[in-house]
Amino acid sequence: MSNKSPSSGTPAPEGTRKQGSQIIVDTLAEQGVDVMFGYLGGVVLPLFDKIYDSPIKFIIPRHEQGGCHMADAYARASGKPGVIIATSGPGATNLVTGLATAMMDSVPIVAITGQVRTDLIGNDAFQEADTTGITRPVTKHNVIIKDIKDLQKTIREAFYIATSGRPGPVLIDIPVDMQIAETEVVPPSKIKLPGYKVRTKGHARQIAVAAEAINASSKPVVYAGGGIIISNASNELRAFAEKAHLPVTTTFLGLGAFDQSKPESLDMLGMHGSAYANYAVQESDLLIAIGSRFEDRVTGKLKTFAPHAKIIHIDIDPASISKNVHVDIPVVGDAKTILTDLIEAVEYRQRDEWFALIAKWKKNHPFNYDRKADIVKPQYVIEELCRLTKGEAIITTGVGQHQMWSAQFYKYNHPRQFISSGGLGTMGFGLPAAIGAQVAMPDATVVDIDGDSSFNMTLTELSTAVQYELPIKIVLINNGYMGMVRQWQELFYGHRYSCSSLQNPDFAVLAEAFGAKGISVDKKENVTSALEEMLAAKGPCLVDFHVEREENVWPMVAAGKSLHEMDGLDIFESMA
Amino acid sequence: MKHLISALVQNKPGVLAHAAGMFAARAFNIDSLAVGRTDDPTLSRMTIVVIGDDKVVEQVRKQLAKLVTVVKVQDFVGQDVVARDLMLLRVTAPVEKRLEILTLVELYNAKVVDICAKSVMVEVCGPEAKIESFIDSCRQYGIKSVVRTGTIAMPRTSKTVKV
Repeated sequence: MSNKSPSSGTPAPEGTRKQGSQIIVDTLAEQGVDVMFGYLGGVVLPLFDKIYDSPIKFIIPRHEQGGCHMADAYARASGKPGVIIATSGPGATNLVTGLATAMMDSVPIVAITGQVRTDLIGNDAFQEADTTGITRPVTKHNVIIKDIKDLQKTIREAFYIATSGRPGPVLIDIPVDMQIAETEVVPPSKIKLPGYKVRTKGHARQIAVAAEAINASSKPVVYAGGGIIISNASNELRAFAEKAHLPVTTTFLGLGAFDQSKPESLDMLGMHGSAYANYAVQESDLLIAIGSRFEDRVTGKLKTFAPHAKIIHIDIDPASISKNVHVDIPVVGDAKTILTDLIEAVEYRQRDEWFALIAKWKKNHPFNYDRKADIVKPQYVIEELCRLTKGEAIITTGVGQHQMWSAQFYKYNHPRQFISSGGLGTMGFGLPAAIGAQVAMPDATVVDIDGDSSFNMTLTELSTAVQYELPIKIVLINNGYMGMVRQWQELFYGHRYSCSSLQNPDFAVLAEAFGAKGISVDKKENVTSALEEMLAAKGPCLVDFHVEREENVWPMVAAGKSLHEMDGLDIFESMA
Repeated sequence: MKHLISALVQNKPGVLAHAAGMFAARAFNIDSLAVGRTDDPTLSRMTIVVIGDDKVVEQVRKQLAKLVTVVKVQDFVGQDVVARDLMLLRVTAPVEKRLEILTLVELYNAKVVDICAKSVMVEVCGPEAKIESFIDSCRQYGIKSVVRTGTIAMPRTSKTVKV
């Protein structure tokens, strides 16, 4: 990749005419983009010809889906929007999974797709797909450019829409003739979108009512979600919990928003959450939801969710309020702004009885597994990784059992430290996500804790990591199964393991073939040394841990059960 | 229960697709949808009749408002509104029945807009109940075709005299 001309990115004098492709690259630079991800194709050639001269760093994945996940994780790790470019037709359709992943988890992405010439649209031309039609439900907004004069304004609007309010992916479909045509460069001006209003400041009266309820509560619980991290409100959350003296549980995507080493931390709640978080929510008299959306994996059976609690819901998306549960005190706005106001209005309360009960639950029902087993336990691998990285690594994951163990046994103290596909549950997210996170945070230790099945889906991106010398680490929890579906088949389908086992390659050898380092571990006594060797490796390194094949994730709130009706607690007790 | 929702949207390509796609994706039950330009050429008005309880309708309203191209959403529930549907209906009208049909047309304050040897086309405008009732009344003669706009509506202000 050549970085010849420093000229692009500097504002052109008014009245200057430029090609659409040059305007795209210049406007991206103007929006602060310093790295983007993408894959070539016929109708984006004019754009890539301008990228050739651009100072913006470019990462080429091996598949557009991988590129989209990289842009996603880049955004989650850095807080800046990720940019992905793909060609028309299959290039664009390959983005769909990545866009849906980002949409569900509210991640800002600007996706630029090429399209066939405007006069060919609708003719079933070569590599034509109705990209805006296909991506409409998986983007916050999408637009096709049919008039070159709209191009620059639309790109600026896309960045604004993607990053403001509840963030999300925005796609701009740009026909190839729009990239070639020339138009006048326009200077940035205030963005006017009559249908798009973002409310950041919370309603003062609602905040006062919420504070009153908090001050009056004897059994409150804060239920904090990914919105805290998106809003950069972790410090405010911590100050709020400290000032009012509140226990805090986070959602899966909220991990890192609150310091898990604190006694007030209840860790994660929900289907595979901690017993103490789930008990606390069910017993609470006040649930303070912030930047979370009462998803079914969090609530269990809705009818009996937090049955004694009054509910405060702080969220920037009005449509999230009272969508799943009835909310008593809604406060619409940005978590950081509202928490700042709320901190002023809340008072410290001792709540000895409540905290004593919580301490008892924490002591009696910690996350656990059979620590005496001779075989490699997946939980042990993750605990060791946490110990060796001092809980400071950026962790990405695929989807399934290993993902839940990564949430349970690695302890997160910082926001943007845990990067995983929560809402959509996209297998194959882990490796490209690690690459995107490493691009965003070149000096951080980035570890993809992955499952063998998830890893199989996108492992081709190993060559991307090697090409760009990104020293990501991969901890492969290899049980030769699609572990989570196998667990469900065991529990709910009478051990009938239909189509859920895989024949895998030798992953360590495969890693070496890609030019990365590969290590294979099947003995417990080698776990620590292998992790140490991995962490000491200069470049990308994979450790293939052959773990207990039929280990289950506990506790578990089965579908249709209430949050306090957890299976597996007896198993914990027998191990204590 | 039927709710009338009125949305002011940007008059741009893709806006209808955004709204219609959202309704389908979120499994909202739409009874009718009418779209037309307003006095401002940059804006269109969508009138949507939604079937559902208050909770569903609140979600429809919020999800619509969330679309970037949707400028303003109103739910007319509990408001005094003028709601109208326009229908074109072609009914079989043999000579011996024609007078009967014309009387019916007059009773409904409707209008015959096309006549041919075997049938007439009638234009009916009014609240939904009137339209439905006219359809029922025509069934005995044989309805050949029906086209309806779907409901459009506007709230009365408290000061307006009812006409």
